[in-house]
Amino acid sequence: MENIILEMRGITKTFPGVKALDNVNLKVKEGEIHALVGENGAGKSTLMKVLSGVYPYGSYDGDILFNGEVMAFSGIADSEKQGIIIIHQELALVPLLSIAENVFLGNENIEGGIINWPHTFKRTQELLKKVGLKESSATLVGRLGVGKQQLVEIAKALAKDVKLLILDEPTSALQENDSAKLLDLLLEFKAQGISSILITHKLNEISRVADSITVIRDGASVSTLDCQVNDISEADIIRDMVGRDLANRYPARDSHIGELLMQVREWNVWHPDSLDRQMIHDIEFHVRAGEVVGIAGLMGSGRTELAMSLFGKSYGKNIQGKVSLRGQEVDVSTVPKAIQCGLAYVTEDRKELGLILEETIQTNTTLANLERVSSRGVIDETIERRVSEEYRKAMRIRTPSVFQKVMNLSGGNQQKVVLSKWLYSQPDVLILDEPTRGIDVGAKFEIYSIINQLADDGKGVVMISSEMPELLGMCDRIYVMNEGRFVGELDKAQASQEKIMSMIVNA
Amino acid sequence: MDTTKETISTEAQAAPTVGTYLKSHMRDYGMLIALIVIMGMFQFLTDGTLMRPANLTNLFLQNSYIIIMAIGMLLVIVAGHIDLSVGSVVGFIGALAAVMSVNYHLPTIVVVPVCLIAGLIIGGIQGYWIAYWRIPAFIVTLAGMLVFRGLTLTLLQGQSVGPFPSSFQLLSTGFIPDVFGVGRPNVTAIALGVITSSIIVFLAARTRSRALKYGIQDEPFVFFIVKNVLIAGAIIYLCYLLSTYRGLPNVLITMGVLIAIYTFVTNSTVIGRRIYALGGNEKAAKLSGINTERLTFLTFANMGMLAAAAGLIFAARLNTATPKAGFAFELDVIAAVFIGGASMSGGVGKIIGAVIGAFIMGVMNNGMSIMGIGIDWQQVIKGLVLLLAVIFDVYNKQKAR
Repeated sequence: MENIILEMRGITKTFPGVKALDNVNLKVKEGEIHALVGENGAGKSTLMKVLSGVYPYGSYDGDILFNGEVMAFSGIADSEKQGIIIIHQELALVPLLSIAENVFLGNENIEGGIINWPHTFKRTQELLKKVGLKESSATLVGRLGVGKQQLVEIAKALAKDVKLLILDEPTSALQENDSAKLLDLLLEFKAQGISSILITHKLNEISRVADSITVIRDGASVSTLDCQVNDISEADIIRDMVGRDLANRYPARDSHIGELLMQVREWNVWHPDSLDRQMIHDIEFHVRAGEVVGIAGLMGSGRTELAMSLFGKSYGKNIQGKVSLRGQEVDVSTVPKAIQCGLAYVTEDRKELGLILEETIQTNTTLANLERVSSRGVIDETIERRVSEEYRKAMRIRTPSVFQKVMNLSGGNQQKVVLSKWLYSQPDVLILDEPTRGIDVGAKFEIYSIINQLADDGKGVVMISSEMPELLGMCDRIYVMNEGRFVGELDKAQASQEKIMSMIVNA
Repeated sequence: MDTTKETISTEAQAAPTVGTYLKSHMRDYGMLIALIVIMGMFQFLTDGTLMRPANLTNLFLQNSYIIIMAIGMLLVIVAGHIDLSVGSVVGFIGALAAVMSVNYHLPTIVVVPVCLIAGLIIGGIQGYWIAYWRIPAFIVTLAGMLVFRGLTLTLLQGQSVGPFPSSFQLLSTGFIPDVFGVGRPNVTAIALGVITSSIIVFLAARTRSRALKYGIQDEPFVFFIVKNVLIAGAIIYLCYLLSTYRGLPNVLITMGVLIAIYTFVTNSTVIGRRIYALGGNEKAAKLSGINTERLTFLTFANMGMLAAAAGLIFAARLNTATPKAGFAFELDVIAAVFIGGASMSGGVGKIIGAVIGAFIMGVMNNGMSIMGIGIDWQQVIKGLVLLLAVIFDVYNKQKAR
């Protein structure tokens, strides 16, 4: 009989009006990788907050047993003392401090009240080696990419003598190769006897590393699956997550590709801060009516930079190149002009760049085209309300009213509000940057259906995504991008993950 | 998908009672209730002096310039900035007006527009650096605060300049004459009160009926009636009280018109909506095609103009321009806006809230002075009220989550 390192028994947590967790059970064996899956809002994060002491002992019902003893954490410091360390989705690093300072932040090497810096740097260097980072421990964290920052977070956890490592969607912002490295690291830790809980949406990761899986749905634990005993398919997990079968992850569409809508030629962009760095090199592409065009590429390949530079020069300096819409060369040098021309850009970061979170669905829906609901500068609220109601229904945004603030919506519903906003600006071409990031499986399907509907309505869609299966499932044509250049173009029929990867690698 | 959560909230919204409605809108009505309670308290503590017509008139005259600046400051704060220079601008514009009217004998009809334009330019210059050069508003306006205080001293050569011609004094101390010729009570004042309250009730009823047509009204009918009867009653009663003294002061009209205009601008116009979007999330606003720089520039230019208006009224009230005029006004104005529920991080706040916030400060100043409480304790109490108001706001916000 293996040792159970952690057992959460009958955890129930109520917020005013809402039961966030209802009798949830979770058992983690010593030295295993335990995947925790569930749709957004299912209660995974709440459960981990209970475990780490963010919600202190007494504010929930049920017991936490760690190494067989009942724990009563009153804060994160208590759980960390026991070796339970959580790495949040949003990294908690200070960009202007060095790696070493970050790794030992709140856990400083103190001798007589004074920090022993040489020891700190040396210890950090050892930890960095363990996580496979070659950087100097004096490097500023802000200089590192997201993938490396994630590794710094893990080094930080190791510095605290971790016994149970909890990773909340660690790979959501990572590229496939960085993700793979991270997963390998988890396997290595497992060999050293460190247990981990992995919260993730990516089912392929689970099948790669997880020893067992707990599925949470609507605040209750639905099932625990043992991967070593049973052969578990992704379909099984999805069924447990959403409570229904999801026959096809990508809705079918008959492409009716029409006239040439947008053409971009000789597009060159330089870095906004250092003018000698060229970010985009001679990019040429086009989109036709009714066509969904994908842009594949690793993070940092310049996909977002390309999209934002096209959309009113929102990124970069010294931008050169030509954009034509319906055969006419157009001026897209400012955002209002780009919108006027019929371009729309749905950002990859909807909370930071896409939405006014404090405002209502109604306000967000009409924001990019207030002219259409106003006359002589005065907004007609009656029209505005009718319009936002129409979009709420058409997009199936799940909310009691359009007066709901968007910060209270789930990720999928928020994304639908962003899409409503841009559809209401009546574009011909939509550039969608990671349209399904951080959205659960069910909502993804709905977003895909909306994209298909757009194409059927004769719009041109450019879809940027890090998830290759998504591009393969949705796009009529895929451009492959690497280091600011397009290195290949594939038709739906020819495209495969292997081909895309080899184009990137061989570029 | 949060189906469980949604059904709960839908049910809760299906039939709100007056109690639950008030609870969920505590943030909207909390400060108004606080103002009424504070007024009631001082009315009691001062043995009825607070609401005496003469004192009430005084209360409006004393606070008009703070309220006028609070309107502009609300826009600045909603846009996500702050303006520390307004107190100095009040002093500078007062000095400018004094030099023009007293030293150069220019007529009021010239002095007033010139001063307003000067304020607009001052605000515009500060706004230019903030909007187009992205220099933090705190720094630009801190510099402005020093510069214009210094320029006030220069203009006045360190001395008080006055008195102003009587036409200029009317800006503050003038009253609307009684067109009906009754005198006391001033029938014009009562008539204006009745007209204003009817317009307010009419607009409220129209909005409600439109909302009902779309089935999106959750305000209980009883609540609607009681609210509007109270508002109309309060306005008419105030006008009646004022009518038994000297009638409606000119500044009250100026203030009322400005409040009406800016309430309309913030609630119903494209530019108002965009200011809220800018403050709520500047990057998202920019990517939605909003010219955020120009908007920031305009809010500061507007603030400068309103500060100039306040400076004229203040100078007219004192009937002299002094080097210290407007000293520390920016703090009262900023406090009023935050008491009124605006958010430090921008994007949230209402004109009427800022006005109520200014009145809370004003009533406290006035009431405590009548009671003979020293300036030392007045400051302490005002400071605590500001803190309490913001704590109340934050508490409500957290509860709502």
